[in-house]
Amino acid sequence: MSDDVLAIENLSAAIRNGPTLLHEISLRLAAGEVHGLVGTSGAGKSMIGRCVLGILPAPVRVTAGGIRFLGKQLVGLSERDRRAAGASLALIPQDPLSALNPSRRIVSQMTDVMRLRLHLSHAEAYARALAMLDEVHIRGPQDVLRRYPHELSGGMRQRVLIATAFACEPRLIVADEPTTALDVTVQKQILRLIRELQRKHGTSVLFVTHDLGVVAKICNSVTVLNAGRIVEQAPVADIFLRPQDAYTQALFAATPRYDRPGDTLRPLPADFA
Amino acid sequence: MAERGTLRHAAKNWRVLMGGALLLALVIAAVFAKSLAPYDPLDQDLSAQLAPPDWHFAADAHPLGTDSLGRDVLSRLIYGSRVALTVALVAGILTALVGTALGLAAGFFGGWADTVISRAVDIWSSFPPVLLSIILVALIGTGLWSVVAAIVLIDWTRFCRVVRAETLKQRRLDYVDAAIVAGLTPGRILWREIVPNILPLALVLLTLEMGIAVVIEAILSFVGLSISSDAPSWGGMIAEGREVVHEAPWVLTGAMLVLLATVLGFNILGDGLKAELDPVLR
Repeated sequence: MSDDVLAIENLSAAIRNGPTLLHEISLRLAAGEVHGLVGTSGAGKSMIGRCVLGILPAPVRVTAGGIRFLGKQLVGLSERDRRAAGASLALIPQDPLSALNPSRRIVSQMTDVMRLRLHLSHAEAYARALAMLDEVHIRGPQDVLRRYPHELSGGMRQRVLIATAFACEPRLIVADEPTTALDVTVQKQILRLIRELQRKHGTSVLFVTHDLGVVAKICNSVTVLNAGRIVEQAPVADIFLRPQDAYTQALFAATPRYDRPGDTLRPLPADFA
Repeated sequence: MAERGTLRHAAKNWRVLMGGALLLALVIAAVFAKSLAPYDPLDQDLSAQLAPPDWHFAADAHPLGTDSLGRDVLSRLIYGSRVALTVALVAGILTALVGTALGLAAGFFGGWADTVISRAVDIWSSFPPVLLSIILVALIGTGLWSVVAAIVLIDWTRFCRVVRAETLKQRRLDYVDAAIVAGLTPGRILWREIVPNILPLALVLLTLEMGIAVVIEAILSFVGLSISSDAPSWGGMIAEGREVVHEAPWVLTGAMLVLLATVLGFNILGDGLKAELDPVLR
């Protein structure tokens, strides 16, 4: 299908002279689709997102396969071409504190990206930053723009990051556990916000998470990963109603159920962990 | 706006105030040495050798006494501040620039750049610094600029180590990844994103380094490897004062006290700035 926003084909990645982290991962993401990547810690879900964004940790290399984004092959591009090709890519990171530069005000961090990617003037970028903060329901956006990151709450910072991610009208956003560092009530608001903006802008989202509840709320389709391999890939309803693979079933069994208070917690069987 | 706020806030910190006051005194002494000093620091008065401090403020009085050649101690202390301040500023800033640049390169680019720079730092710091500086000055000749060169060549590792470690730490934070995704070039990421976070640390190190530079210059003067022994410098005065310490302790004491106050000033200021410049601690 040529109208896919993202097509990952048989992607493998490994630590140089070390173990393979991803084994022949393939997945497709249509325009406006939200695709969940789930798995336990170390399953390789974040690594896939990092491959797409081009921010692999230094010793990790893509060893085989390709990543096609808007019809353009990303693997093997030079740094310069990569920067150009990444213009329609954005990231919503896990830790909203370390993802903002502590020594710079919100305003310069937001407008820098817009001036670079959208070639806006200072004034236009400022106006757009205000509009975007309004879209993520931040009250008093002028005031927030003047602040330093540490002066904002975690939820507020994540809203700023979401506004920044959507500001350049990307076609694909990689959300790397965007709710993990937040407390539960804020998590829900942030999820709803990502969903709302994603629908409004028609953006595709690659949603990395270990939380199946989050997947159910936000994703259209899911890839379940274990130890760098795809275990199961299906629309979200299928996965939840008819999990095919034993690992997926174990993952569901291990999810705590608030609606069944008497249940004991079941850990993942040892052969999966 | 924030910069002015920071300054105003810093002005309330007693460390910044006290360090700043001590250093201000040093700067005033150095700049207005000509009008402040009662005598020419080189004028010998062989009729008044080792004259004790005299507080009668007569026209020919020596408030802090004279040394073995009858030169006025106070005037020599005041003129000596010029040497101290020059060394502190020039050597301090040059050391900071060299060390910070190399530390940034090592920490940011990693790979072979890091290997080369870090090994150089390891080898460098295995030499005893004072010995190394004496060898260096002996090789390139005495004089103020040799002293500056020696300080830079010895102490760049101090900056390099700390800045490299901090750059590594910053490099791993998500905001750098976010900047890469946003399409910023490595040079711009280094300059616009990482350097502002290194700057407070480098500034604190710089004030400490200035104090260290003053001490190194004094040590080299003491062993006669800095400026000519005629010209007034604190280290030279300590060396001369040591020989006559039983007859005229004021020569040694005066130089030691101003040296102490200067280094103390730099250190206290560095401590105060450390607390003030961190945007999170503030």
